[in-house]
Amino acid sequence: MERWVRVFLLSGVLLAGCAHRGPEDISIPQSEREAGGIIVPEVERREIKPPKIDAENFEVGAFFGIMSIEDFGTNPLYGVQFAYHIAEDLFVEAAVGRTEAGLSSIEELANVRVTENRDFTYYNISFGYNFLPGEIFLGRNTAMNSALYLIGGIGGTRFAQEDKFTVNFGIGARVLATDWLALHLDFRDHIFATDLLGSNKATNNLEAHIGITVFF
Amino acid sequence: MRWLPLLALLLYCLTAGQARAEEKYVHAVVADPYIELHTGPGRGYPVFHVVERGGAIEILKRRTDWFKVRTEDHREGWVDRNQMLRTLQPDGEPMVFNDGSREAFTEHRWEAGVLAGDFGGASVISIYGALAFNSQLSVELGASHVLGEFSNSYLGTLGLTHVFVPEWRASPFFTLGTGIIHTEPSVTLGQSQDRTDQVGYVGGGVRVYITRRFMFRAEYRSYVVFTSRNDNEEIDEWRGGFAFFF
Repeated sequence: MERWVRVFLLSGVLLAGCAHRGPEDISIPQSEREAGGIIVPEVERREIKPPKIDAENFEVGAFFGIMSIEDFGTNPLYGVQFAYHIAEDLFVEAAVGRTEAGLSSIEELANVRVTENRDFTYYNISFGYNFLPGEIFLGRNTAMNSALYLIGGIGGTRFAQEDKFTVNFGIGARVLATDWLALHLDFRDHIFATDLLGSNKATNNLEAHIGITVFF
Repeated sequence: MRWLPLLALLLYCLTAGQARAEEKYVHAVVADPYIELHTGPGRGYPVFHVVERGGAIEILKRRTDWFKVRTEDHREGWVDRNQMLRTLQPDGEPMVFNDGSREAFTEHRWEAGVLAGDFGGASVISIYGALAFNSQLSVELGASHVLGEFSNSYLGTLGLTHVFVPEWRASPFFTLGTGIIHTEPSVTLGQSQDRTDQVGYVGGGVRVYITRRFMFRAEYRSYVVFTSRNDNEEIDEWRGGFAFFF
C-alpha cells in the first residue's frame, strides 16, 4: 500500500514537472517570453530619407572694371568671385582682383619710382545683404529678377610688395538673366593704410566693375 | 545624306538625355489646402498660381529657402520652404529636407569657416577646415594671413581639437597643434630677410550653434615660434568668426 502511495506521489511530481516544462517546449520567440507572453509587435522603423534636390546656392564668376588707386591713377581691373547664398537676404562672397598701379604725381615730377613692382592684388571675404529685391522689365514680355545689395568685409591687399589689411564696403546690383545666370554691377571702396608716399595714411581705393556669374 | 544617321543619333541622344533629366526630379503631392507659386525666389515676388490639395508637383531646384516647382499643367514657380515642408513624398511620407539641426551640429563630420582677429598686435584673417573622428575629437587644417605694420606672415597649421560637451549649444573646446610661419618684413623699413619658422600652439575656445548648418566660433591660441635665434618668440592670438558644418 505504502509503495503505491509512493509511486502515485512520484508520478504526480513527475507530471507536475512535465506540466511545468511543457509550455517551454513550444518554441516562443525570446522577445515574447521576456515580455511575459504578451505579443510585442516588431515595428521596423523606416528611415526617412530627405529627397535629393538640386540646390543652387553657390555662385561663381568673373568681373572686369576699373580701379582707382589713391595717388596712383585709375587702371583696368579684373578678378574672380565666389559666393554662397545663406538665406534669401544674406550671402557671403570671396573675391580676388588684380590691377596695376600707375605713376603718382611725385613719381612723374621727380622721375623716381617708389616701387618697381606695380602689381596691385586684393582678396576679400564679405557679407552681402540683399535689400530692395525686385524685377527689371525689358519691354512688354520679359521680366528679370534683380536685387540691390549692400556688401562689406575684410581682406588683404598686396601692393608694392607689401600686404595691407583692407576693409571693403559698397553697393551692387544683381540681375538674373535666367535662373542660373546673373549680371552684376558693383561699386566698392577698399580702405587700407600705407606709408608708401611718406607718412602713414588711410587710403580710399574706389572700384567699379561689371561681372557675370553662374549659380550651381 | 551621309549625315542623316548622325543627326538621328544626335537627336536620340538629346531626347534620351532630356527624358533622363526629367526622370530625376523629386515628386511631391500637396497636402495643405493649397500651395502658392511665386514668380521669383523671394517673399516679395507675386503669387501667380496655386496648386490645390492632392495636386502633384515636380521639384526642379532649390535656392536658399525657395523651391522651383513644376505643376502638372507645366507651370513653373517658386514655393517657400514652410509650404514645401507640408507636402508629401510620393510614398506618403512627409517631406523632409536635410538642412542641419542641433543633432547634426553635435554629430557633424566636416566643418569649415572663416575667422578674423588679432595676432600679436597685427590683424589676422584665417580659413580652416576640420574632419571629426567622433563628436569630440577632430583634426583641423588652417591657413592664416597676418597683416602687420612692420611685417606680413603666412601661417599654416595642423592640430587636434577636443570639444568637451558636444551636446551643448555653446560648447567649449581645447586645441593643440603645430605649423609653419613664413614672415616677410616690411620693405619700406629695409629690414632683414624673409624667414620661415616652425610653430607650436595651445589654445581654447567656444563654438556656438546658430541655425541650420551655421555656427559661431571664437578662440584664443598661444603660439611659440621656434626661431633660429637664442630665444623663442611667444605670440597671443584672439579671433572669432563663422563656420558651417556638413
